Amino acid sequence: MALIETHGLEDPISEAGKGYWSGVGSRLIRDPVTMICLGVILLLILSAVFAPYLGLADPYTGSMIKRLAPIGTEGHILGTDEQGRDMLARLIYGGRLTLFIGLMPVVLAFFIGGALGIVAGYLGGWVNTVIMRTVDVFFAFPSVLLAIAISGALGAGILNSLVSLTIVFIPPITRVAEAVTSGVRSLDYIDAARASGANALTVIRVHVIGNVLSPIFVYATSLTSVCMILAAGLSFLGIGVRPPEPEWGLMLNTLRSAIYINPWLSALPGLMIFITSLCLNLLSDGVRSAMNVKD
Amino acid sequence: MHVMARDLIYLRTATVFTYFLRRVILMLPVAFGVSVICFMLVQIAPGDPLTAIMPVDATADEQAAMRAIYGLDKPLPVQYAIWIGNLFQGDMGKSIATGRPVADEVFGAVQNSLLLAFSAAVIAFPIGIFLGFLAGYFRDTLLDRAVTAISIAGVSVPNYWLGIVLVIIFSVNLGWLPSMGAGPGGSQDWAWDWLHMRHLVLPAVTLAVVPIGIVARTVRALAGDLLTQDFVTALYAKGMSRGDVLRHVARNAAATALSVMGLQLGYLLGGSILIETVFNWPGSGFLLSNAIFQRDLPLLQGTILVLALFFVAMNLIVDVAQAAIDPRIKRS
Repeated sequence: MALIETHGLEDPISEAGKGYWSGVGSRLIRDPVTMICLGVILLLILSAVFAPYLGLADPYTGSMIKRLAPIGTEGHILGTDEQGRDMLARLIYGGRLTLFIGLMPVVLAFFIGGALGIVAGYLGGWVNTVIMRTVDVFFAFPSVLLAIAISGALGAGILNSLVSLTIVFIPPITRVAEAVTSGVRSLDYIDAARASGANALTVIRVHVIGNVLSPIFVYATSLTSVCMILAAGLSFLGIGVRPPEPEWGLMLNTLRSAIYINPWLSALPGLMIFITSLCLNLLSDGVRSAMNVKD
Repeated sequence: MHVMARDLIYLRTATVFTYFLRRVILMLPVAFGVSVICFMLVQIAPGDPLTAIMPVDATADEQAAMRAIYGLDKPLPVQYAIWIGNLFQGDMGKSIATGRPVADEVFGAVQNSLLLAFSAAVIAFPIGIFLGFLAGYFRDTLLDRAVTAISIAGVSVPNYWLGIVLVIIFSVNLGWLPSMGAGPGGSQDWAWDWLHMRHLVLPAVTLAVVPIGIVARTVRALAGDLLTQDFVTALYAKGMSRGDVLRHVARNAAATALSVMGLQLGYLLGGSILIETVFNWPGSGFLLSNAIFQRDLPLLQGTILVLALFFVAMNLIVDVAQAAIDPRIKRS
């Protein structure tokens, strides 16, 4: 039988035997840049989650006599901010809100936009028209503008930022989900499933989701970096997180008044945003190439 | 022969024109949707829009009278119809903070934003194309990796932070360039002299960084793909010089590169909001953040509407220009 002829095909067969996801995993582990970025992101998340147990100074109480201490000051390795609060503590605690508002909207938009796109792509017809034409309207706004418009109208606050950023990221994810789903929908096995009498919900659950989820997921991960920058940007503008909460964008804003006194200290929160968004971008590129998803 | 060529050109212009008309018709529902979203912005804002203009001790009767004057007692669709009707007459309402017509405020500011966005584009596009082409031509070399690193850094950097870093370097430490405003002593009248233009340098460079990354990435992928195609090999085999071959490649890449750049120009206009805040540049973003902090909702609404319509128009221009360059697009 032809099945026995495996000369020169050992590798694909062994990879296939391990399954798709372990193949992706082993490719990821062999990619140093992606692994370093994953490490940095995990470190940021863990330090944010376990911030209270790290023996840091209180990020909320400052001292008026120790304002804007430079980097390297005794007891304040990264100096102090404009109210004399320890910068290291505020940067680490700041990761909590920054990462939460930076990542959560994409997660929410992944579920909402993914569901909308799959329904639109699978059902087609007027359902598709209604959903996709509504999505088109949101594409008429550059993402920064839309986020600022909604946040500006709703006012500052963590919940309002979450709402506005989720609205910003639903349309692009819906569009991708719709495109992938309508591609899958015309395949024979879907016809076969429908012919066997399965209803739409069952076909979507059993046959469609498994085949469209990974491209939608990869696309969503590529949005996390933009979302981080936007979320911190809203706080930077003063329409995101409210003081005195530590948040990188907000810290960058309040420290702007100090750029003539202690310039590099005031740039630190932005550096954190940059490092995080850079790692998110590289991580998403790495995952994409490991999963062999073409642009 | 001569007549035939002219007929072909005529045919081509005619199809581009019908394509343009079709795009305009397709754009109308989008423009309608944009206006609905802008109208809804005021509705989702918490609090009564009257509180900003009414004295605190106003009676219920006075409030009802005011509500009637502003049309706030009517159902939402009617309010929308009135709003859009006024809009077509160029009336976007009055700013609550200054009392001036919103249209005047917005158009003054948008001019400054356009100046900034175009300057950033002039910096970004040639650099992005150059870097992207180098990377695509010398694929998998050290140069390619360097350009890829630059473009990833470019798309990852929060540009409002980059602006602050540039201010720290060039204004605070070196003292070479100003960090604020659009000209010496206030920022009312723009002029094309060094006294004004030095105010443009830092914000324009800051704003250019993200599009440099995106354009470089696009052009790299395009050049890399096109250079491995059969027609390139065929042209070389024919004995064509490298320069002429590259001209063929450039023509093939033009339509896609153009559409990416057009979109980026639109994003620059919307994305300049944060940069304008960093540099106190008197553009639409600066106006917008003032509107937000003074809860000046008509001004917020008007600015967003104008910027979004600009973006829609930009997309239309890009589509049509792309179709004019690349005949394959009209057929699809």
